[in-house]
Amino acid sequence: MDLFLQQILTGIANGAIYACLALAVVMIYQAIDHFNFAQGEMAMFSTYICWAMIAGGVPYWLAFFATIVVSFVGGLAIERIIFKPLHNAPVLSHVVVFIGLIAIFNSSAGAIWDHNIKTFPSPFPSGSFGGLIGLHEVGMFFVTLILLLGIFCFFRFTRVGMAMQAAAANPDSAELVGIRVGWMLALGWGLAAAIGAVAGMMIAPIVFLDPNMMLGILLYGFAAAIVGGITSPGGAVAGGFLVGIIENLVGTYIPAIGSELKLTVALVLIVTVLLFKPNGLFGKTIVTRV
Amino acid sequence: MATDVETRLDSRLTVGEKIPVKLVIPVIVIGAIIPFVLGGYATFQGTLIMIYAIAILGLNLLTGFNGQFSLGHSAFYAIGAYTAAILVYHLDWPVYVTIPIGGVVCFFAGFLFGLPALRLEGLYLALATFALGVAVPQILKSSHLEGLTGGVQGLDVFRPDVPAFLVDNFGLTMDQWWYLIVFVVMLLMFWVAWNLINSRTGRAMMAIRDNPIAARSMGVNASLYKSLTFGVSAFYTGIAGAMAAIIIEFVAPDSFTFQLSILLFIGMVVGGTTSIWGAVFGGMFILLIPNFAEEISTGLSYAIFGVILILVIYVMPSGFAGLVNLLRARIKKIM
Repeated sequence: MDLFLQQILTGIANGAIYACLALAVVMIYQAIDHFNFAQGEMAMFSTYICWAMIAGGVPYWLAFFATIVVSFVGGLAIERIIFKPLHNAPVLSHVVVFIGLIAIFNSSAGAIWDHNIKTFPSPFPSGSFGGLIGLHEVGMFFVTLILLLGIFCFFRFTRVGMAMQAAAANPDSAELVGIRVGWMLALGWGLAAAIGAVAGMMIAPIVFLDPNMMLGILLYGFAAAIVGGITSPGGAVAGGFLVGIIENLVGTYIPAIGSELKLTVALVLIVTVLLFKPNGLFGKTIVTRV
Repeated sequence: MATDVETRLDSRLTVGEKIPVKLVIPVIVIGAIIPFVLGGYATFQGTLIMIYAIAILGLNLLTGFNGQFSLGHSAFYAIGAYTAAILVYHLDWPVYVTIPIGGVVCFFAGFLFGLPALRLEGLYLALATFALGVAVPQILKSSHLEGLTGGVQGLDVFRPDVPAFLVDNFGLTMDQWWYLIVFVVMLLMFWVAWNLINSRTGRAMMAIRDNPIAARSMGVNASLYKSLTFGVSAFYTGIAGAMAAIIIEFVAPDSFTFQLSILLFIGMVVGGTTSIWGAVFGGMFILLIPNFAEEISTGLSYAIFGVILILVIYVMPSGFAGLVNLLRARIKKIM
């Protein structure tokens, strides 16, 4: 029973990270109708920035918030400089640019900070909570929970948040009531980059820092977004926790899978959900008109 | 979804076109002379370029001519390579036979993966293949398959000697011999692709790309063509993978990471998505640019790829082949 509880708790903690990435993916999907394949590499790069600051003597939490700001500005800049001119461009162009971004971030992180695996500090005390789950995991869970709540309140109760929703739901009408749709998209990118940065900084003490650290995690983030429904931010978050729990239970109780085939679990999840319930658990059906 | 790939004009021009013999024959002659003029290392690199070109052509048939996306072609490259390696290592099959078998195994793998993926429009297919590409190295390393795949260690592939009469009469080295084999295979694959594109099937593929709904209402069986195209695309990549395993004489999971998918994708885009011969340029690009890039700054080659990739999208969306076509049209106008 302890093992079961332990796996559920670890699943929820990891799920919080997947939820963040899924949310970031969904936000960009809602803004530009594309999956941001570079989300993971962007988060990885942000994590490296934070690591560099800490290594340079900046206190953890100052570096943490500074990284969020830097990532926000970076995300904003990516939208303004690279994606704005591609507005209305075919799908291929977008996929190509995402692939280009993956290559740029991955390679520059390796070139700037070398490819050696680094440890990343945790702001939380070591030790465990009742012998069930590490205190870092507990802290990680609460940090992401606060972040998700903050995002929820931002979209629900602020003018800018409402305007962003309007711009995503119906760009033309939003433009007519005076919302600057272009800037709302850029804001979405900035937020997505910032959320990704938090996910990266929180997971780095567990998976260690290296340029390829986010590839598998992003895959789980995608699985979460697909399971929850790519059109539903709330669904994506729920999907994140669900996928985190599934990952841990399957890894523990199905010996053939263990820890060495975890990515295959994500692959199977993605393909299965897309086949049998393409809109996910909470998404809505989209009808394309000719 | 109507126009995913923006080169419709180009494809219409090529429909029913004859192979430009005047252009092709000099290329064949030059290609056949290269291994006897250049040194062993350059010959080996040339062989790799042609292998990449075949894989890129496979990806191109899928994306450029059928409008589907794959970020997981490293998986099919791996399946082709491992098929060849396993047949040679465990069953002692002759290497030459394993090349087409690698392709056929990939055809079925691709067809089967494409079958459910049919329900997935554009981006979702990209996502599913992304997952495939990321997951495959881990599957290859898995302890359950270790007896077959050699796990992290990989497998050695031993090549037989060059046939004796060729060594005696022409002094052919191993590198030259395999260059010529790959060269012939490449010509064959390009010829097949050319005929495929200029056939009824090719027109159906392009119709699905340009307007799936219109194609369907004209009686094109979109699902069948899409999964078949996926299979054919995997076949090409599998052939390339099998030959790569033989040339390098070794397979290991870490040669088939997601980065390889990115590399093939870059080659396709830079070469030109709706051009058959652009694939050769794509192959040259992904093999040779890292060498130059390493001279500028070690480790930055993918960053340079990334920048070039994004520039290509802004400056010449139809790739290198499109640029050449454009220049040819300009020159004709002046003269």
